[in-house]
Amino acid sequence: MADTQIDLVSNAKLSSMATMEKIRYIIDETKKGKILVLENGLLPEEETKLIEMTMSEIDSQEAKYTGIEVQSYPSKQSSSIISKLFNRSTKGRMTIIGPASSLHTIKKDANIISEIIR
Amino acid sequence: MNMFTKVKDRISKTIQGLFSRKNSCIGIYGSPNAGKTTLGNRILSDCDIDEEFGSTSHIAHETRRAKKHESVNINTDNGSLKLDIVDTPGLATKIDFNDFMEEDMDEETAKSRAKEATEGVVEAVKWLDDLTGIVLVMDATEDPYTQINVTVIGNIEARHIPMLIVANKCDRSDASPDKIKEAFPQHPIVSISALEGTNMDELYSEIARRFR
Repeated sequence: MADTQIDLVSNAKLSSMATMEKIRYIIDETKKGKILVLENGLLPEEETKLIEMTMSEIDSQEAKYTGIEVQSYPSKQSSSIISKLFNRSTKGRMTIIGPASSLHTIKKDANIISEIIR
Repeated sequence: MNMFTKVKDRISKTIQGLFSRKNSCIGIYGSPNAGKTTLGNRILSDCDIDEEFGSTSHIAHETRRAKKHESVNINTDNGSLKLDIVDTPGLATKIDFNDFMEEDMDEETAKSRAKEATEGVVEAVKWLDDLTGIVLVMDATEDPYTQINVTVIGNIEARHIPMLIVANKCDRSDASPDKIKEAFPQHPIVSISALEGTNMDELYSEIARRFR
């Protein structure tokens, strides 16, 4: 089995990027076969943008790129009034993203996400 | 979107809501094969509408185009409610035509279905911007912690629009709607069988309560 690179991506790196930069970075890296673990995940609207962009990149003729496997814990809502006032009540959580062809989820519950690489 | 734009957008939507007579527009969302189109068809049939949203199949991505039905009149014990309903293609993060070939499709059909399925997912995501409420359908025989469920719920919470979770396929002996309730305790959940039409009255009452 070929080696698989796993990159742990800090929140500092991701938060310095604009939404489209983040999405492009994730898609490009997973297309290279890398698995990314994002320290704080993505915002909900970034997650849907990632799904949208991934779909447009899927190769439905040759199946060279079939999309991504992505898993994160359910979002946590912040109870702070300040966060709610500024519409920032949903926090991103640690997220694993990899190519659908090699990263597979075997089990997921509220506290544990089990993945295998093959 | 900056703070000023957000506030402007919200005020504009509130004013539009006060003065327009538009129906609420709700979207039926979920993973492929959760039973979204079966639910949509059941709602139309219960509302005496002699049409269907589309065909259903055990093969994923049978619905590959969003379909809207306007002015669906839902009757409940507490009066009636007129809604526009959008049945959306199943959301997914991966689509491989080889999976369709395993369902005995020829290669050309499988590739065409895969291409249409990717377009359908994009369409479903885009519809999120134009809805006033979401019915999220989950297969009660499956693990509820799928990333699609997590992503849709995160999105709806961030958008502050009402949502109702439907635990579908409760006619099956392996259904476990309690797992869904445990996973997402902060949201209202109704257990049904869209296929058999079980517990639809409770669903309609909840729809009226959430989306009026």
